[in-house]
Amino acid sequence: MQNWYENKRFFWGTMLAPTIWFVIFFVMPMALVWIYSFGENNGLIDVEITGTFKNYKHVFDRDVLQVLWQSIIMATIATLVCLVLAFPVAIAMTFADDKTKSWLLLLIMLPFWTNLLIRTYALISVMGAQGLINMGLLGIHNFLLGAGLDVGTFEPKQLLYNKTAIIIGLIYVHLPFMVLPLYAALDKLDRSLIEASLDLGAGHGETLFRIIVPLALPGIAAGIVITFIPAMGAYLTPDLLGGPNDLMIASLIERQFKRANDWPFGAALSFLLMYITLIFFALRSYFEAKGGKVSTGH
Amino acid sequence: MAEVSDETIIKIENVTKRFGKVAAVDDVSLEIKRGEFFALLGPSGCGKTTLLRMLAGFEVPTEGKIYIDGVDVSNIPPNKRPINTVFQSYAVFPHMSVFDNVAYGLKFDNVPKTEQYSRVMAALADVKLEHLADRKPDQMSGGQRQRVALARALVKRPKVLLLDEPLSALDAKLREAMRFELTALQEKVGITFIMVTHDQDEALAMACRCAVMDRGRLMQLATPSSLYEFPSNKFVADFIGSVNLFEGKLVVDEPDHAVIESEEMGGKIYFDHGVSGASGESMWVGIRPEKIELIKRVEGGPRPVMEDAPEDCNVLKGTIKQISYLGSESIYEVVLENGRKMQVSRPNLSRWDQEDFTWDDNVWLCFHGDSPVLLQN
Repeated sequence: MQNWYENKRFFWGTMLAPTIWFVIFFVMPMALVWIYSFGENNGLIDVEITGTFKNYKHVFDRDVLQVLWQSIIMATIATLVCLVLAFPVAIAMTFADDKTKSWLLLLIMLPFWTNLLIRTYALISVMGAQGLINMGLLGIHNFLLGAGLDVGTFEPKQLLYNKTAIIIGLIYVHLPFMVLPLYAALDKLDRSLIEASLDLGAGHGETLFRIIVPLALPGIAAGIVITFIPAMGAYLTPDLLGGPNDLMIASLIERQFKRANDWPFGAALSFLLMYITLIFFALRSYFEAKGGKVSTGH
Repeated sequence: MAEVSDETIIKIENVTKRFGKVAAVDDVSLEIKRGEFFALLGPSGCGKTTLLRMLAGFEVPTEGKIYIDGVDVSNIPPNKRPINTVFQSYAVFPHMSVFDNVAYGLKFDNVPKTEQYSRVMAALADVKLEHLADRKPDQMSGGQRQRVALARALVKRPKVLLLDEPLSALDAKLREAMRFELTALQEKVGITFIMVTHDQDEALAMACRCAVMDRGRLMQLATPSSLYEFPSNKFVADFIGSVNLFEGKLVVDEPDHAVIESEEMGGKIYFDHGVSGASGESMWVGIRPEKIELIKRVEGGPRPVMEDAPEDCNVLKGTIKQISYLGSESIYEVVLENGRKMQVSRPNLSRWDQEDFTWDDNVWLCFHGDSPVLLQN
């Protein structure tokens, strides 16, 4: 069975259906969008494929670049915060006993299995003007007033509909994407390497930065890539949590296909996101090739 | 032999380690001398590794104390102990060169850069790896990686070096060579070595003294030859080398001799010395296979008599059932009259000795009065 794919009849018997599915519902639409990105609007509905690069040039307009830049900044911040939050979690999971480990894993996965819309509205109800946080602050405020302190009147904090809200949302949604590859990398790590480091006189911090982090680098790279890519292309989160001017690239794309009715430009923007994704995957496989060489050491 | 002083470098005092309800190490006390090559020997699960990990600081004793050079280290973390470990898996850092691996521990000792270099190169020379300083571990064999692990630990000039099953991952030829090399290295550096092993040959060949452990307890602490020739209990006699064990009753107990009657063996065992401390109805006697002599037995022929034992003692009737020819010696499995089997080994001193006995030969089995050992259960 090891060389099952060498049997042509068996191979095509099992692979034909998925291949057809993949071609019809993935390759062809993507190809169509890609072709659109070289087209021009002709009247209201017609698009003429003229082979122009106009749409890609349009990407470098100042307002478009600004949205792109903003998306990159927000996705980067979210990814880095995810990394900082996820690393201790992944370490805790690695060193926990089997029972605690499966509980922690469940806690990480539970939001992951919940509908994104529900999770986003849950976040809104926490961060809203009448939300959990503001109610808590109001409680503290009233307590301080009761204690005779002059703290003035309570103004609910504006937590939603700004960039910070988007970033918090992105972190919340994408944290599992970071925890899982980190955990996978750390769990593979030979424990005796950590003990050897301690044995040779290194403290816990030194062991973390000199041994654990370098050896977890492929996992860190994988985590960054699979967190950054969906965060960069996030649509729902910025749409619901951001203010009217806090556009991310996905919202801009949506506008081209709907309100602006500029399919060629929308297609070019979509593919811009694809190109960025591909660059990230190239970087990731570069890191993995480098990391692979390291991890064959034991 | 390295210079072994009378000074105690490690003192283990009533140490117990429990994991849940199970005592992995059960009330062990022992002292290790400065400059000694010491072995912790026992079957898997006997607690030897847990004891080693407590010495290194990876486990904290549930009860008892551990002193290194007079200092109580029971609660001192591993990175603050004057002790280093060569791990069973070697645990060589895969992302660092050989040089960086060896230099790693010196960074935390505040050794100046220039001195670091000379000390690393000297340590690599000690393990004959100075020509591979720039290599990455994944370009090295298991034996070479072990040397890196050795150099990395020795460069710190620890008071004690711990070796966890140092030879288990090497192939047979290399293992034999490494035995000599490790003892030579220990002599050269003069550091106390403590080795954990399940392999009795390894322990006997390399160690000055061995502690034999079973089920968390220290069974005997002695030199290799004492363990073999004077095992104090059934476990040690059985674990170290091969032995024929018989249960018997003490029937004569004099200051200068003793006799044990064994139904299991079908005869009497004469000791040409007193067996002080023997107590209880039933006791165990061990006789090593090479301390039994085989003599051809002809039907109706005279019964041999051992010159140092009474007529009816230390001589048994048997028939050879199995022979293992091992080159330097042959091992014979002899069935006694009562059906009980006994192992006898015989050196092949000439090139024809193995032909003296063959299958189904009738034989006498004789042993001297100083051959059997009385064992505590």
